[in-house]
Amino acid sequence: METLMKNKTDYSKIEKKAAVRKRMVSTITYLLLSLWAIVVLFPFYWMVLTSLKSYGAYNSEYTPKFFTLSPTIQNYADAFGTVPLGRYLMNTTIFTLATTALMLIVITLAAFAFARLEFRGKNIVFVLFLSLMMIPNELVIITNFVTVTNLNMRNTFSGLILPSVTSVFYIYLLKENFEQIPDSLYYAAKVDGTSDLKYLLKVMVPISKPTLITITILKVIECWNSYVWPRLITDNEDYYLVSNGIQEIRENGFGRENIPAMMAAVVVISTPLIILFLIFRKRIMAGVSRGGMKG
Amino acid sequence: MEVILQNLTKKFPGRDRKKKKEVIAVNNFSFSIPDGKLIGLLGPSGCGKSTTLNLISGLLKPTSGRIFFGEDDVTDLPPEHRGIGLVFQNYALYPHLTVMQNILFPLQNLKGRDRLSKAEMAEKAREAAGLVQIEELLDRKPGELSGGQQQRVAIARALVKRPKVLLLDEPLSNLDARLRLQTREEIRRIQRETGITTIFVTHDQEEAMSISDMIIVMKEGIVQQIGRPQEVYDNPANLFVARFLGTPPVNVFDGKIRDGRLYIGEEAVLNGFSKDSPSDVCAAVRPEGFRLCENGALGCELRGVEVMGRDISVVSGNKFSQNPQVRAIISTEQQIDFENSTVRFDLIPRKVFVFHRETEERICFEVSTGGSL
Amino acid sequence: MKKDKEGSVSGTTMWKKFGSLKAWLYLLPAILFLGIFMIYPLVDVFIYSFEEGYNSASQTYFGTGFYNYSYVLHDPYFLQAVKNTFVLVLITVPLSTGIALLISVGLHSITPFRNFLQTVYFLPYVTNTLAIGLVFMILFKKTAYSDGLINLLINWFGGASVDFIAGPYWAKMFVLCFYTIWVVMPFKILILTGALSSVNQEYYNAARVDGTSKLRTFLRITLPMISPMIFYLIITGFIGAFKAYSDAVALFGTDLNAAGMNTIVGYVYDMLYGDSGGYPSYASAAAILLFTIVLTITCINLLVSRKKVHY
Repeated sequence: METLMKNKTDYSKIEKKAAVRKRMVSTITYLLLSLWAIVVLFPFYWMVLTSLKSYGAYNSEYTPKFFTLSPTIQNYADAFGTVPLGRYLMNTTIFTLATTALMLIVITLAAFAFARLEFRGKNIVFVLFLSLMMIPNELVIITNFVTVTNLNMRNTFSGLILPSVTSVFYIYLLKENFEQIPDSLYYAAKVDGTSDLKYLLKVMVPISKPTLITITILKVIECWNSYVWPRLITDNEDYYLVSNGIQEIRENGFGRENIPAMMAAVVVISTPLIILFLIFRKRIMAGVSRGGMKG
Repeated sequence: MEVILQNLTKKFPGRDRKKKKEVIAVNNFSFSIPDGKLIGLLGPSGCGKSTTLNLISGLLKPTSGRIFFGEDDVTDLPPEHRGIGLVFQNYALYPHLTVMQNILFPLQNLKGRDRLSKAEMAEKAREAAGLVQIEELLDRKPGELSGGQQQRVAIARALVKRPKVLLLDEPLSNLDARLRLQTREEIRRIQRETGITTIFVTHDQEEAMSISDMIIVMKEGIVQQIGRPQEVYDNPANLFVARFLGTPPVNVFDGKIRDGRLYIGEEAVLNGFSKDSPSDVCAAVRPEGFRLCENGALGCELRGVEVMGRDISVVSGNKFSQNPQVRAIISTEQQIDFENSTVRFDLIPRKVFVFHRETEERICFEVSTGGSL
Repeated sequence: MKKDKEGSVSGTTMWKKFGSLKAWLYLLPAILFLGIFMIYPLVDVFIYSFEEGYNSASQTYFGTGFYNYSYVLHDPYFLQAVKNTFVLVLITVPLSTGIALLISVGLHSITPFRNFLQTVYFLPYVTNTLAIGLVFMILFKKTAYSDGLINLLINWFGGASVDFIAGPYWAKMFVLCFYTIWVVMPFKILILTGALSSVNQEYYNAARVDGTSKLRTFLRITLPMISPMIFYLIITGFIGAFKAYSDAVALFGTDLNAAGMNTIVGYVYDMLYGDSGGYPSYASAAAILLFTIVLTITCINLLVSRKKVHY
């Protein structure tokens, strides 16, 4: 009986200890996670906040204020009026759409050839393609710069777009996807006299739509944020993309250092992608974990 | 260790959160599992047997009710303090550790006074490996083992701490048919040798019947019947249990009771029913409950005969059968007249169970005065 | 199209040849673009790197040899860039991987707010590095008017203000590392939470029944199970960090040499273009040196991971 009693208290002690520990661990976890969330979100908050402060108010704050009582949209007007932010946005949109569209055509055709068609040397060519994935952009950009300069394509959209309309990785991704479509569909289409191109457009592309959308979104993000190549290839403001534009604003900007207006420009160029992300959250995250890399 | 379950109930929140409908996985389960026995928890998938096992292991907390190991109330105790061994359906062997490291793993968790020296641990691990006869596999990794070997490793890992209760979740479901037969005998042997109270979950009635000291049949969270395998087979409490146990399954007929007699269609097949028996019933006849007889009580149209060596399976049809066909197993000594399109059977009363048509509860009748008509 | 069915043997081979031709036609755009913008430049970059005294205006050179490499290796700017890059890599890769692991484990252990936090943590991935870099700059920057927000926080805790953007080397390096980690975190958290949730719950149940402590479960089960993904992150992290450039530009402006914060990639571009540019040979030599470093480190990583990763 005595041992029984002892056992009972032991058990309740163990239970209590386990409960306390559990609560402690979960509190610490939430604290840590909130801390990182603040680190991530704070720059966004600060950028929006600063963009709403007036030039005078911002510069008279010796100690920065965490809120503003008199928000103004004057900075946004300045961003579009004083510097050609609208043009930068336009250029980036054209660049992004054209690059993505061309790339989709090129990779769809190539992926189809690898996945569906039979030809001599297919495997060797494919392995060669894959090995190209290992080549860093930094190595080839030098010659590309010289090539584009020699072709007199600096400060043109073709110079901006053409070097980035193929992606070996996306060809690979799409080929894998195409290969999952059963062969029987292809043979059925052949029996009906469907041409290869028609089969690709009417059957394979619709079936692979999810992958194509993922690739499109990833490419759009990449294009919107591209900096190095546009910087090398453009020195005329009429062809600046947003990344170069923002750098230009930073260095020669508004005639004087106008940080609120600069932040307004930053908000404007960041918003499209954030909206895109919030709409396609799941797809983007799944796509990135399948093969996205920043840098 | 005796395991006592008192009014054990487990509810899960429904899938559809808006409807707030709860799913009752285990409903008011009370039973005391005697010490040192092998218990089979049996039922179709989704009947709550795995939930029951997880409640006993402590991985799940019951909504209400209590669990006792012997005298100790362990209801709120976390699993690691319950002294149980658990073998998972797909074994959950750590793929990056060798067999030896897998078996050692639970021992290395012990702390303070219970902590063993390296040599003691190795000794215990070897002992457990010996018990399941895998000594020669100790340096391999789980990926290099066959399903049956992995199963043994999982059992060794569960046994190495000398648990008070051993729990096995569908231990044979991932094995092929031959290994299954071999492994179930192995489980029986290990249980006998260690004398540890063992509870295993299965949906395969043959598996449960063949090795358990006792079986518990569950359906939709509710215990249907508890008893020794033969007892349950010979005396099913309701139509569900009768149907669930036995291969080939029982033949169920729509029947009527009039004047103390059981009629299938217009044919009276059994008597001995009391006056207050309901009139609409189901009659379940075990395949071995038929006896070929020229003037038998029940006539069926003959469809075919399957010779199985030891005995013969007669396949026939009857208008009142709920099964698509009536299957009778008779000994090879009896001759079948293939010329005749109908076969006639007498029924062996012991092998016939009669159930209320609506409630599916068992209706008793007197076997002694009964018999074929 | 249907001809080959009744066609003779020669007809079949004709058909095959035609089919083969068609396949090449489908591949043509990709091969064309890859040939011009990847394969040719790849060969060319080596040629450039050996052409001594190449003049991009007249496209002439004096001779061939290792002079370009020797020049680059003796250039103090390059050495500074190498030093900066190595410091950046050695600080950010372990730190970001470690913090990402910590956060992912935390994220994996909670249910409420999980999706929300996952979304929040991913935000930096979809932002423009240059643009948000500006925000970091103003957060850290000390100006005539104000010491900036971070210095305000430092003052609250009793520290003295530091100029993080134009001040001492370690302060600038701190901001660069901080921003780099901020930028690479989303990818790492995403990969690690994915890896964590792919570990079968049964292993954790088994460990729990055996009374394994949380820490031991993590070290002996979780970590080995996700080790392939951790090594993947370390390898890609090394490669990515060695190519750091735009983060530095965002914080310190385009003239990184003057700020003393240039990276190897930055050095390559500066040699190619801009005020100090016009030397594709030096740029090529530097790029090849970078590639050699990255390749070596990746090989070492792979060798180590083959020994350490459990399966």
